[in-house]
Amino acid sequence: MVQASAVEIRNLDKFYGPFQALKQIDLTIPPGKVTCLIGPSGSGKSTLLRCINFLEEYDAGEVRIDDQLIGYDGPGRKMSARKLRQMRRSIGMVFQQFNLWPHMTALENVAEGLIRVRGLGKADAATRAAEALRKVGLEDKMQNHPARLSGGQQQRVAIARAIAMEPRLMLFDEPTSALDPELVGEVLQVMKTLAGEGMTMAVVTHEMGFAAHVADQVAFMEAGELVAVDSPDAILHNPSDPRISDFLRTYHERNAF
Amino acid sequence: MFSTQTFFDSFGPLFWAARYTLLVSGLGIALGLVIGALVCAAALSRVRALRRFAALWVSFLRGVPLLVQLLLMYYLLPVIGINVPAIAAAVITVGICASAYISEIWRGAIGALPPGQSEAAAAIGMAPRDIWTRIVLPQAVVMSLPALVNELILLVKASSLVSVVGILEVTRASQAQAATTFRPLEVYLAAACIYLLINLCLAGLGRYLEHRMAV
Ligand SMILES: Nc1ncnc2c1ncn2[C@@H]1O[C@H](COP(=O)(O)OP(=O)(O)O)[C@@H](O)[C@H]1O
Ligand SMILES: [Mg+2]
Repeated sequence: MVQASAVEIRNLDKFYGPFQALKQIDLTIPPGKVTCLIGPSGSGKSTLLRCINFLEEYDAGEVRIDDQLIGYDGPGRKMSARKLRQMRRSIGMVFQQFNLWPHMTALENVAEGLIRVRGLGKADAATRAAEALRKVGLEDKMQNHPARLSGGQQQRVAIARAIAMEPRLMLFDEPTSALDPELVGEVLQVMKTLAGEGMTMAVVTHEMGFAAHVADQVAFMEAGELVAVDSPDAILHNPSDPRISDFLRTYHERNAF
Repeated sequence: MFSTQTFFDSFGPLFWAARYTLLVSGLGIALGLVIGALVCAAALSRVRALRRFAALWVSFLRGVPLLVQLLLMYYLLPVIGINVPAIAAAVITVGICASAYISEIWRGAIGALPPGQSEAAAAIGMAPRDIWTRIVLPQAVVMSLPALVNELILLVKASSLVSVVGILEVTRASQAQAATTFRPLEVYLAAACIYLLINLCLAGLGRYLEHRMAV
């Protein structure tokens, strides 16, 4: 089992110029559980996720990881870059566009952080990287560059790159949205395994099946607001808010054939 | 009548003169790469004054013809008490001029990199210095290779301008040769062949590098 972090988000505000992308968000992401974020495009899901590892700077409120405030030392006082890097070490992130480094092989992609951030020697890093790649089922693709991998394989390398760092929290921003439909399953399978090991996961997704079967809680966002947080069943099958039913209706209409 | 004899005879002295063409463009690009890197760093700096300086540097050097820059440098250096051989003045001017284009080539290549590349590195806690040296620069350099080779080819051709400060490179040598043989057509055709030969080699090198370093 992994050591899992808890995330507490309180009264979070985020502005892009005059535009408020996040409005007073309150959300608890319990340790060892899977929290799925759903909602229409542009509702602020990515922004919220990116505030958790401070890739996006929030303007007011708090994000705490295991009680430690990220990004700030106190009200209005920015955390040092060094301390922020220290905190990011234990937060893995997986992006919609994979963001693998094209000039490195799969193995090098995974080993890079172990060498530069964790300070491991090349041989140790390679061993650990190979382990992580085995875990996502890519032991035979370690020497391939990203360009020679399918989308599903690239995303699995990206997951391996994150888990090799032994994070206590994993953030996924639409990890399967850029994939051909037949490649979605292999990535979701890896994520399920990770969830089964007790990793804390926050997952922005349009895969309602994954949300229904794997999530412990589902948060619904719209127009920068967190409309509801509840069990998958309550959100997906008995939505209390008309905005949720509207979203789900559109979703089902689009996926019907 | 076209004199094949003169045409072939011209190659000897012109090849000899080509060493200046290669010296000026070779050292020029080397100096341009170094200064260009500094100017590019200034352009991307957080310090406003440095960004201003870089912008001025680039717009001045791209806005004034190289020929005028060469003459300026040639007459300016002695005035400010620097006495260097004409060849050094030429190399420095060509290098400074190239730095303006090269810094823009690099700025463009760095800017063309998807932001997700450095975000992925920042997300696992990599330090800015490692992000630059391991993620951004290796990719930007590869992306810039075709443009850099192109720039070098332009420099080889532009190096004919350094004849104004008295350097006997290929163009100047062929003028002299044409005057003594009274066979300008043959001589200039030979000069054209030499430039073409150099630049075809460079283009080949560019394709090789691109191929070697491409992923
Ligand atoms: N860098 C940015 N600058 C300005 N507006 C942005 C930026 N990033 C996101 N936004 C805006 O913030 C809102 C939320 O975006 P995002 O979090 O990406 O939504 P989602 O992930 O739910 O589709 C959108 O209206 C988007 O246009
Ligand atoms: Mg998004």
